[in-house]
Amino acid sequence: MDKSTFEERKAINGQMHSRQRHDSAHKHVAGTADYIDDMPEPAGTLHGALGMTDRAHAEITEMDLSAVIAAPGVICVLTARDMPHSNDISPSHLHDEPVLADGIVQFHGQPAFAVIAETRDIARRAARLAKISYRDLPHFTDITDAVAHGGQLVTQPLTLQRGDAEAELEKAPRRLRGQMRIGGQEHFYLEGHIALAIPGEDDEVTVWSSTQHPSEIQHMVSHVLGVPSNAVTVNVRRMGGGFGGKETQGNQFAALAAVAAKKLNRAVKFRPDRDEDMTATGKRHDFLVDYDVGFDDDGRIHAVHANYAARCGYSSDLSGPVTDRALFHADSSYFYPHVKLTSQPLKTNTVSNTAYRGFGGPQGMVGGERMIEEIAYALGKDPLEIRKLNFYGETGSGRDITPYHQHVEDNIIARVVAELEADADYQARRKAIIDFNRTSRVIRKGIALTPVKFGISFTLTAFNQAGALVHVYQDGSIHLNHGGTEMGQGLYVKVAQVIADSFQVDLDRVRITATTTGKVPNTSATAASSGTDLNGMAAFDAARQIKERLVAFACERWQTTAENVSFVPDHVKIGEERVAFPEFIKLAYMARVQLSAAGFYKTPKIHWDRATGRGTPFYYFAYGASVSEVSIDTLTGEYMVDRVDVLHDVGRSLNPAIDLGQIEGGFVQGMGWLTTEELWWDDKGRLRTHAPSTYKIPLASDRPKIFNVKLAEWAENAEKTIGRSKAVGEPPFMLPISVLEALSMAVASVADYRECPRLDAPATPERVLMAVERLRQTR
Amino acid sequence: MPQVRERKDDSIRFILNDSEVALSDVAPTATLLDYLRLECRLTGTKEGCAEGDCGACTVLVGRLAGEKLVYESINACIRFVGSLHATHVVTVEHLAARDGTLHPVQQAMVDFHGSQCGFCTPGFVMSLYGLWLSNDDPSRADIEKALQGNLCRCTGYEPIVKAAEAAASARPSAIFDPITAVRDETIARLRALQPAKTITIRHGEHCLIVPADTPGLATALAEHEGATVVAGSTDVGLWVTKQMRPINPVIFINGIAELQQITESETGLTIGAGVSYSAAFAALSKAYPAFGRLIDRIGGEQVRNMGTIGGNIANGSPIGDSPPPLIVLGATLTLRSTEGTRTLPLEDFFIAYGKQDRKTGEFVESIFVPKLPADDLFAAYKISKRRDEDISALLGAFRISIEDGRVRSARIAFGGMAGTPKRAASVEAALIGKPWTEETVRTAQGAFETDYQPLSDWRATSTYRMLAAKNLLIRFFLESSGEAAQLHRFEPAI
Repeated sequence: MDKSTFEERKAINGQMHSRQRHDSAHKHVAGTADYIDDMPEPAGTLHGALGMTDRAHAEITEMDLSAVIAAPGVICVLTARDMPHSNDISPSHLHDEPVLADGIVQFHGQPAFAVIAETRDIARRAARLAKISYRDLPHFTDITDAVAHGGQLVTQPLTLQRGDAEAELEKAPRRLRGQMRIGGQEHFYLEGHIALAIPGEDDEVTVWSSTQHPSEIQHMVSHVLGVPSNAVTVNVRRMGGGFGGKETQGNQFAALAAVAAKKLNRAVKFRPDRDEDMTATGKRHDFLVDYDVGFDDDGRIHAVHANYAARCGYSSDLSGPVTDRALFHADSSYFYPHVKLTSQPLKTNTVSNTAYRGFGGPQGMVGGERMIEEIAYALGKDPLEIRKLNFYGETGSGRDITPYHQHVEDNIIARVVAELEADADYQARRKAIIDFNRTSRVIRKGIALTPVKFGISFTLTAFNQAGALVHVYQDGSIHLNHGGTEMGQGLYVKVAQVIADSFQVDLDRVRITATTTGKVPNTSATAASSGTDLNGMAAFDAARQIKERLVAFACERWQTTAENVSFVPDHVKIGEERVAFPEFIKLAYMARVQLSAAGFYKTPKIHWDRATGRGTPFYYFAYGASVSEVSIDTLTGEYMVDRVDVLHDVGRSLNPAIDLGQIEGGFVQGMGWLTTEELWWDDKGRLRTHAPSTYKIPLASDRPKIFNVKLAEWAENAEKTIGRSKAVGEPPFMLPISVLEALSMAVASVADYRECPRLDAPATPERVLMAVERLRQTR
Repeated sequence: MPQVRERKDDSIRFILNDSEVALSDVAPTATLLDYLRLECRLTGTKEGCAEGDCGACTVLVGRLAGEKLVYESINACIRFVGSLHATHVVTVEHLAARDGTLHPVQQAMVDFHGSQCGFCTPGFVMSLYGLWLSNDDPSRADIEKALQGNLCRCTGYEPIVKAAEAAASARPSAIFDPITAVRDETIARLRALQPAKTITIRHGEHCLIVPADTPGLATALAEHEGATVVAGSTDVGLWVTKQMRPINPVIFINGIAELQQITESETGLTIGAGVSYSAAFAALSKAYPAFGRLIDRIGGEQVRNMGTIGGNIANGSPIGDSPPPLIVLGATLTLRSTEGTRTLPLEDFFIAYGKQDRKTGEFVESIFVPKLPADDLFAAYKISKRRDEDISALLGAFRISIEDGRVRSARIAFGGMAGTPKRAASVEAALIGKPWTEETVRTAQGAFETDYQPLSDWRATSTYRMLAAKNLLIRFFLESSGEAAQLHRFEPAI
């Protein structure tokens, strides 16, 4: 046995809490990371294209597909009637989302048929040969229109209530009512949707799908085909971005590919063009927030009453939980002594809106922060002062209870904000900016510090579970699989670190394998920032089981007790003896120790009763804050983000390099949402911003010119999460609310900061200029 | 009617990474991206948008420019295979050394965590590689400019910019660079591929023509009535990928050396119609600095490397960025056909929306831009939702000469305010003869209402366009008086 041949290593490479590169980084830069469209196609693979309608709301009176079918190279055309069992892929189970439109078109571009052809080009061209006749029905595409037409809802609204908001608003020394429009957002994952279905024997089919939710793809495919779930295997190695856009929106492509594959007994691939992807898949919900806030002369909030109306599109999809989460975050970081919040998930003749990083939370928070801004301008104070006055208090202060009756027990927002305020030199810079604005005629500046408090857990309690499968092979190499999907967020490497750390082996001993419903069943979507929390713990549990068996084996073989067995870097230590990990594993195998385990985890503590609006929907909160400084041109509304400072809480980071990337990336994505990303529908209900030529996400030259991002090094999750870390996917998305508010301050300068500019989002140059004009006229 | 010369042995020949390719059967609409991914299984190059806006498909194309071999980033999604004759196409697969050692730009992207989902990454790597080859000490402004045509949705760009800085300084002398290592050999190989005469390729009913020179182009146009003339394909590429419009027959003119000349004379600059924005940048920025700053905001780097000023004019877009400044500078256009040439003022070329004064068989040969008198004030301002790589909501170009404090002459033209790029005749009239004061300018603002009735669309409302146009006149005045009236991310280099 090895006692001294190897020098004792202090640490493995790849332990938890260490900076590690993305597991695919090398392949990304070399162009060798395979996305689904890069995989070699099975012989005879066919290609599908969507046949899209061109009405926002109409009855299909005739669909003549003869020219489509007759086109050379076309193999078959699918319509709603061709779905073997069901034409329904509603993820909310409200049966309101067809795979293909059947008789009624509910949004402009809704697919009514699909073409399967020898090549993708043939399929796309043939799809345009259809002759569809319509009988037009009235359509309404935006929130105001929807309300004017009766305000039909796609799902049940929610009310959160505590105290008596109406009465307290009446009594409050001051009261302000207002309205804010918050635009939606296209995900613009760089890799569009794609599905490749490969038929198997009997009723089996394997689907490669660019999805954040393989289990749902499995269920939808099995439902549409009318086969049990055990006949469908869904795989995904990686996605080229997801951001929520691949939580439910891949269902359609996967279902169509699977139906065609089984029908034709050939592999079938669906890869929509970018314009088709942007037209036919859902986006972030836009909201119209009506708020009524009562406060006193110091700026302390007494009561809030707000309604959050959302453009949900034609079907429910995830609009219920999205609009719920908007209400869960309408408090931002503030205590509302009396509060009533209502959601209004409106039906519109637009594509059904869906999950998007933050899941309604960002819109909720933007509304909350607008109220703070209103109060500050009304009182002539710095919004930061109003914020501090209204932060949730310490446990037991009586100011720690949310509108959904959960107590905020892990509150660190005051510390985060205080540190950032000092680090970023906020007060001096604000003063300098006010001085600058006094003398600068055209260019004006603004600065704002805004907080983030984001609730972590799926609000549907059942989703807070995960599984993992870990095998240790005889050579000591480890195979890791779990239910989470990799979309760039670094989940795979973080979970691999958990395994490496557990066994005390180098990270490169752990092989990360594609997510598949065949290895880990009944998984939740990789969403709600929960990927690492859930799957990291499930993997940890699998490792624990194997380690327990290994320890028992060591105790027996070396005739010792468990406290004398430990996993040390690349070795197992038994008493004073150190055995190299592969050698130890080989011995365990020979002794017939089971070297494979399925791990499982469910989040403790949480519960939620939607009917009463009470519970503990969140396991914990993630916190952060940012200071943004901007300049605007008051002649054109153009602007620049001059500097941003961020302090963010990820608990004890599992991988600071990955977490920093999530924060920077989330910030810029959120900034895009609030600034240049504008969705625009014309009077026919057509989305006209359906490609990057017309829909403008941030570029390198839009990122903050100075960008200082720090993790709150002292932070640690109060709850027993994996390594005491915190979720990081969504919370940073809301940091750039400070950009919107800084723009607002720069606008406000033209009227001496006496009036809240009520700048809507996205604050395009046009909206900034129009706000400047409005304020100039009221001056 | 000249005889149609059709040769069976015609082929499009180019170097792909290190092997030479000869394609005798090429559809005129075949894109480089599909060729790489579907035919060659070089899947490192990705399709993100198929319209030249996201950069996931970025590759480098090397071409001979006189004695020099230049490599430029381009969008493979809208670059036609037929336009690649006598070029060197370099894809991401070519960068790492044979033993797998990453190129410094790739290694820097790994070290700085420049990839997350990784889908845009090969495109970024290629853009950064293009920068690395051409600039060993790039400023932040240079880096951002090189990345204007690359979208990343994950990282927020900060690590990518840091990687670019690190890669620039990481130039160990021993590193293997696949382009530098064989530069002389590549020059010789490309020289051998230069066509002596027109290449004609028939693909079923389709026809693809690559003239070797301008007479060849004139002949081809005479022979193929209604042919689509393709220079940079930054517009025609989308006709194919998005609209699936027939474009047959197609004449590719990007290889014609005569159309790529820029000549400077006593009186001004003559720019060949095939000169790309990138190639025109240096000459234009020197003569008209405000024009150079504008060019930096047209498309992304890949589009500027492909797109031509001639094409921007010839397609007659109401929102083309170069016509308004060219109009106020008094540019003239030379059109050629087999009948000869004719010259007309640029502003007369645009007749109405979608209609230009170009006769059958004619092509735009060159643009002449007169020298700007030293005392003339000139500016061009682009307003767009996103500052870079966006299409203008409106674009105003101003040129004024002042004599004894009064406006002697004024030329103002706008894009995005009418169906064509259009002069603001009433505004000009309201300024001429008046003292160059804020009062004059404020009074003249009203005349915009006479000159333009802009539309509302997804880029801007009519109200905004009108207001911003009026305010740009104020900006022009304020800047002429030395007041800061414009935001610059970086101080203008010129």
